[in-house]
Amino acid sequence: MSHAYVPRAAPGGRASSAPLMGGGDEPAIFEMSVPGRRCASLRATGVPEWTAEELVPAEELRPEPPTMVEVSERDLVAHMTRLAHRQYSVDMGAYPLGSCTMKYNPKLCDEAAALPGLRSAHPAAPVAYVQGWLELLWSLGEALCKVTGMDAITLQPPAGAAGELTGLLMMRAWHASEGRSPSKVLIPDSAHGTNPASVSLAGYRVVSVPSDGRGLVSPSVLSGYLDDDVAGIMLTNPNTLGLFEEHIAEVARAVHEARGLLYYDGANLNAIMGVTRPGDMGFDIVHMNLHKTFAVPHGGGGPGAGPVAVSRRLADFLPGPVPERWPDGSFAWHHPPRSIGRTHGWHGNALALARAWAYLLANGADGLRRVSEAAVLNANWLLSRLKGTYAVPYDRPAMHEVVVSTRDAPGPAAGLRALEVAKGLLERGFHSPTVYFPLVVAEALMIEPTETESPETVNALAEALIEVANTSAAELAQAPRTAPVTRADEALAARALVPTWDALSRG
Amino acid sequence: MPDYVPHTDDDIGRMLADLGLNDVDELFAAVPGALRLAGGLDLPVGLSEYEVADEMSRLAAANRAGDLVCFAGTGAYDHDVPAVVRAIAGRPEFVTSYTPYQPEVAQGVLQALFEYQTLVSRLAGLPVANASVYDGATALVEAVNLAVAATGRSTVWVSRGVNPRWWEVLRALTAGRGLDLVEVPIVDGVTAWPSADAPVASVPGQALPAAVVCASPNVLGCIDPLRAARAVADERGALMVAVFDPIASGLLRTPGEQGADVAVSEGQPLGTPLSFGGPYLGMFAVSHEHVRRLPGRLVGRTRDVHGRTAYVTTLRAREQDIRRERASSNICTNQTLVAIAAMVQMAWLGTGGLRELALRCARGARYLREALVRVPGVTAAAGAPVVREFGLRVALPVATVVDRMAEEGFLAGVPVELGQEEVLVVAVTERRTRSEMDAYATAMEKVLS
Repeated sequence: MSHAYVPRAAPGGRASSAPLMGGGDEPAIFEMSVPGRRCASLRATGVPEWTAEELVPAEELRPEPPTMVEVSERDLVAHMTRLAHRQYSVDMGAYPLGSCTMKYNPKLCDEAAALPGLRSAHPAAPVAYVQGWLELLWSLGEALCKVTGMDAITLQPPAGAAGELTGLLMMRAWHASEGRSPSKVLIPDSAHGTNPASVSLAGYRVVSVPSDGRGLVSPSVLSGYLDDDVAGIMLTNPNTLGLFEEHIAEVARAVHEARGLLYYDGANLNAIMGVTRPGDMGFDIVHMNLHKTFAVPHGGGGPGAGPVAVSRRLADFLPGPVPERWPDGSFAWHHPPRSIGRTHGWHGNALALARAWAYLLANGADGLRRVSEAAVLNANWLLSRLKGTYAVPYDRPAMHEVVVSTRDAPGPAAGLRALEVAKGLLERGFHSPTVYFPLVVAEALMIEPTETESPETVNALAEALIEVANTSAAELAQAPRTAPVTRADEALAARALVPTWDALSRG
Repeated sequence: MPDYVPHTDDDIGRMLADLGLNDVDELFAAVPGALRLAGGLDLPVGLSEYEVADEMSRLAAANRAGDLVCFAGTGAYDHDVPAVVRAIAGRPEFVTSYTPYQPEVAQGVLQALFEYQTLVSRLAGLPVANASVYDGATALVEAVNLAVAATGRSTVWVSRGVNPRWWEVLRALTAGRGLDLVEVPIVDGVTAWPSADAPVASVPGQALPAAVVCASPNVLGCIDPLRAARAVADERGALMVAVFDPIASGLLRTPGEQGADVAVSEGQPLGTPLSFGGPYLGMFAVSHEHVRRLPGRLVGRTRDVHGRTAYVTTLRAREQDIRRERASSNICTNQTLVAIAAMVQMAWLGTGGLRELALRCARGARYLREALVRVPGVTAAAGAPVVREFGLRVALPVATVVDRMAEEGFLAGVPVELGQEEVLVVAVTERRTRSEMDAYATAMEKVLS
């Protein structure tokens, strides 16, 4: 295939100019501590100054408080700022971790979530005092139902895996209401690790279904696994290979005929907004990762949000309370009659939900469709660049992410491990893709450019990947030479565990 | 509509041409026609940034909760948060990065988490703390799952002093596994554990527990002796799971010192505003013995090939992406940014500041409790010593009292059902002044008269 289009502008997402260099180690904050130094000042309250001994029984009172650190505010800020400078981020450049959807997080949403009227509301306040929050949550829920083609929703789950467990427990409660207690949940072998872990926690047994030669769930293979004891199936669509499960309607029919339910892992919803909906495919339960598709920033590993939307027949089982709109336009909490109970201490990661609502308002129907189109276009265009350099184990039109491999690559990349490619990319100005996942592909590199990277950036990423592929393993073994550390000793970390500063000082 | 997609029409045309396609629709050829959404999403069109900001401001302004003087707690506390926490936790390097899969370019988050783990470990008095779970309630669920996995038992004794909302989460999230959760009552604010000589068969549950769970301070704000829970755990060969409070840690003996195997806490009081209940922070610490059953991420300190200090996520074999259906936790995304905020808050408070903060809460709680029990129609729900929060019985339905107190300008507390009765749980943080408390007592007198 010819690559007629070579963008000429500088790539906005290449971070190779960043001064992310390691001069020396950043001391642990405990090394900066000086007894008696402090930042804290507390307000004067006029409350009688009873002593600790007057307030707490002697046997419960600790003589000295736990040792925190004693630093000045200036040193604290300097330390944290230097740590920030040792950290890559989406704001700095492209972050093509497959499955994680590291898109740009609009600043508008940060400001929205920082509004005092949202931040200062106590979660147990009477509904009359939190009408804005209830309206926000209700509106977000309605919109997410429309995006997924579902009927009702809980916003409580604080992350995708929490959504999975919530959805599976609803699956369980629904079967119980039908007088059944099937014990198995089917999962394709390409699934995220959270899927089988959640299935076990929900008290189900995992049965792994092999993908066919095209990387898909095949109805004929699946039929061999369907019986009375199947509670349901968990699918990601597009799947973790970045492929659309073309037979999904047939799969749904077969699972429903076996009285099972279909669970949609929404990790890859970014690919299909405005194009198709899980509800129309036949799914009964859908979780969404708002920190992926709806641009809630990932926060170094969280917080996210993992709402779960369901079809009408499952609505009564939702965790409660859920926000409800009354005919007079006011909002109240509703307790679903057969609720599985709370799955979060309060109402979910509310400020993350507020960010997602701002993102949804800004994009609207037209914007969300454009998001998915550009995400899929970027992925396919990137894939077309990488063919001939990397192996493409499932060579079909991709959705929003692509999986390539060094194993059986046509050129010199065949001699490299995925890990070497990842590290080589780090010193060429890009975060690495996800490596060694999905498990069904050896030496996998799972690349998700996302829609917010320009053609210039995607082109530069492709060129960097090609350059790495043509670099010797010996040279890549030195990489990344430009980062604050190079090849941390993970075996040592596990063997001689130092999880705290105190473990180190105890030796 | 602000456009977060950078592609020009020319870009799209040329990229499609490279792919041999004519139209963006052809990118979705794998989606069967019958599944295509005709007419697009049923949502309004996108708004400009300024219109979105207006709409979000309208929603924010429709919340009047922030105008009330807050005496509500039960897991969400109105503590002051210094500017430095917002400034650091708002840095894009922390806000817009993800799980540190590539440690070379994630030393910032990794080292901050290492420092957070150290501080949580000190609060808990246990040697290992993880990099966070979602919130206090789910931390408790993870602790129970750990104990079940460690002992092979499926009964758990849980004090009624554990926050009822956490109880609900525990029931819901363990429902699939058929755990037998035995409620142990509290009497006068302290858990009434079965006596040592009570035969196993004579206590509810009729099986040896995997864990004995005790909260101190508990939902009534009372100090509930953890040593008693440890003794019960020893008698039954169970793990002791302690629910602690990070602020009260400035005054109280640590869970670890009192024999806890696992200690969990809601970390919100350290640097996170009320935020309508989230994102909050699940703090989780364990003894050495159970480190390989720790849920979630754990950061360890190591060296790189050049001998430089490096931080990595470690003991990864515990985690769901490797262990899959054999993992005892499914957590992946956690609450890293909230943990970093808590780390900064702890460093800002320092050793002396934490003690002073804890003292101020305890002083306020005592002052207001003494003032309120003098109000006709109010009695204390328990006599045990409290550190920030306390329960009251009031002469009117609790929800009515809360509504009427709101009209007087106070978020009076949180209604908590405790067995047959409902109590009003009142929290006092370091933000509350003597004059606010005096006014609260006056308003309560008016509401109840």
